[in-house]
Amino acid sequence: MAAAILRRLTTLTPAAAASARVAPRPLLPLLARGVSDSTDAITVETSVPFKSHIVDPPSRSATTSARELLSFFRDMALMRRSEIAADSLYKAKLIRGFCHLYDGQEAVAVGMEAAITRADAIITAYRDHCLYLARGGDLVAAFAELMGRRDGCSRGKGGSMHFYKRDANFFGGHGIVGAQVPLGCGIAFAQRYRKEGTVTFDLYGDGAANQGQLFEALNMAALWKLPVILVCENNHYGMGTAEWRASKSPAYYKRGDYVPGLKVDGMDVLAVKQACKFAKDHVLENGPIILEMDTYRYHGHSMSDPGSSYRTRDEIAGIRQERDPIERVRKLILAHDFATAQELKDMEKEIRKQVDAAIAKAKESPMPDPSELFTNVYVNDCGLESFGVDRKVVRTVLP
Amino acid sequence: MAAAAASSTLHGVGAVASPKPRSAAPAAARRSARVAAVAAKGGAGPARGRLVARNAVAAKADEAAAAAGSKSGGHEVLMFEALREALIEEMNLDPTVCVMGEDVGHYGGSYKVTKGLAEMFGDLRVLDTPIAENSFTGMGVGAAMKGLRPVVEGMNMGFLLLAYNQISNNCGMLHYTSGGQFKIPIVIRGPGGVGRQLGAEHSQRLESYFQSIPGLQMVACSTPYNAKGLMKAAIRSENPVVLFEHVLLYNLKEKIPDEEYICCLEEAEMVRPGEHVTILTYSRMRYHVMQAAKTLVNKGYDPEVIDIRSLKPFDLHTIGNSIKKTHRVLIVEECMRTGGIGASLRSAIIDNFWDYLDAPIMCLSSQDVPTPYAATLEDATVVQPAQIVAAVEQICQ
Repeated sequence: MAAAILRRLTTLTPAAAASARVAPRPLLPLLARGVSDSTDAITVETSVPFKSHIVDPPSRSATTSARELLSFFRDMALMRRSEIAADSLYKAKLIRGFCHLYDGQEAVAVGMEAAITRADAIITAYRDHCLYLARGGDLVAAFAELMGRRDGCSRGKGGSMHFYKRDANFFGGHGIVGAQVPLGCGIAFAQRYRKEGTVTFDLYGDGAANQGQLFEALNMAALWKLPVILVCENNHYGMGTAEWRASKSPAYYKRGDYVPGLKVDGMDVLAVKQACKFAKDHVLENGPIILEMDTYRYHGHSMSDPGSSYRTRDEIAGIRQERDPIERVRKLILAHDFATAQELKDMEKEIRKQVDAAIAKAKESPMPDPSELFTNVYVNDCGLESFGVDRKVVRTVLP
Repeated sequence: MAAAAASSTLHGVGAVASPKPRSAAPAAARRSARVAAVAAKGGAGPARGRLVARNAVAAKADEAAAAAGSKSGGHEVLMFEALREALIEEMNLDPTVCVMGEDVGHYGGSYKVTKGLAEMFGDLRVLDTPIAENSFTGMGVGAAMKGLRPVVEGMNMGFLLLAYNQISNNCGMLHYTSGGQFKIPIVIRGPGGVGRQLGAEHSQRLESYFQSIPGLQMVACSTPYNAKGLMKAAIRSENPVVLFEHVLLYNLKEKIPDEEYICCLEEAEMVRPGEHVTILTYSRMRYHVMQAAKTLVNKGYDPEVIDIRSLKPFDLHTIGNSIKKTHRVLIVEECMRTGGIGASLRSAIIDNFWDYLDAPIMCLSSQDVPTPYAATLEDATVVQPAQIVAAVEQICQ
């Protein structure tokens, strides 16, 4: 009798039974589909239509496929996990100095990458870890660089704000707000000069949007029809200053005046991809365009900023609830039955293991050799030697 | 590479499919050219050709005045023409070399250094920029990261202060912070120094401002011969180089070799060998020194004059050998006194050659004032030959 009562008490409650029915566990091997790898095209509407300035916006119907959506999910989950792991490493004092995290903004990096090739160039400011990963950067090298180790992507000499990957045309990684914008126009100039048919994505934030050099560079880019796409990652806060307190006109996509612009929901990876594809085709014909990505960062400006003195926790939680880029893709995948919730969870677990393994490997990397202090200051040129204090007495061959 | 037909559109002339590969052979040729230049140039500047105005000092005739290796007689040029020749030669040799700056194209350059280049190479390779120093210098750095070799002109070195962030943080540091991935083979050039009553903001002496930027090389040219040689070397260097020209030296005339030559970026130039005192100078002050040397020779002194040319790094080999011989040093510069090139040079000499010095190092710099407009005050701002003579007399007591 007691056993029967116990059995009844331990069976599923009606609610649990109901949800279990909606996503049934495959009972037989034949019913185990696995995650879909289909490349059949499906059409998805972006969250909101694009707003545009002096250009006809692209359609809000984006094409994608199961394979692509799952790769988006994986890539964004990897980025999310990496940034959170970096948070822990920073609190454990393994990462020092400034550390600017990208969690919340992953859709911009992933959507952009999906629309272009590695021959196109990307340059950004200091919130660069995920752009580096999107460009094919190595996870171990990223963590090693954050911890200042020899196997870091900049040999431990750059740090969080100076990730680069030349063979993937990723130009960094810049600490001074706005200074990368003219650099990006210069890269586009070289692409035009060499008639490469490629474009440059020149990323900056809502804070940098007020830099004079941006308008200078925009003028030149428009004058010479440089194939540059200026991407404003508008996360609405320039460190602690909200956009409405810093910018008379927070419609960053309109600030190009004579340069067209698009406002894009930066939390919707398909919208980002659609806009970037549109932008690439546009600039090759017509010169520069501005893309304003309406996005959000969950962390503060950097690890030194709790991020809650100038915005409410409710706001942060609200965005996480309503607009999180990974959740959006998860819902899409589940709605189209490309994978089950459990399979996606398993993927995330796998990713977590991957990140942990990368961190462990990165921790094994030693600090740079003391001689590295002097390497890469100059480029060795025609076998020229650098003469330090006395040309005869102390002599270093420049690496 | 023949200069293609001129084009006024921005599609560029001789537009680049891929840059000419820099193989080992040209490198060897460059090295031998450098060696030849060094060997041939001997010591005597004036023996090589006619230098205009206030510098004709009878040089010590012990160096073979073999006319700087000019076998075919050479040709006379003004300084701005020498710089121009260097640009044209390098742009013909390498399609990735391009020029950008204000009024460098259609206007021909405010000091005519780029006159005619836009017609020869097109508007993309000789780019007229808007007045936006910060961003076009940044653009030059970005283009260099992507494989071009830009020559960025500051219409006046003073204007480049607006681009200081780009020069310091991006140009100088990117090779290091990227762990060696990116190189910035850019040349930043322009006139500086005190001119003829141009006013404070157009008469700045800014060598000191750039000298502590790591990763940057700095050279100052002073004769048409070394202007052409240094410009070519700077363009070929894989490192960013700042080439300081001087507003008052553009019309200096000199005979330079017909055949190709380059100068070594890190080497100093022996202008006048001597025994009694080492005078270290650069740019326009070289001429004030040589004028003072005339007076000094008449008074029985035998100064050794070295044009240091390389402001970063210093050629302590040449300088050291000279100090070991003369044991007395006078630095004559146009730079600001505080934190100037002279200040750094003094420290470097004290650190390395203290035991060889018989007298304190004297340094004559320009005054730490904004350059006044009035002619008499302006003359008092920079070092004049009379002061140099007095200083040598004091050192040699």
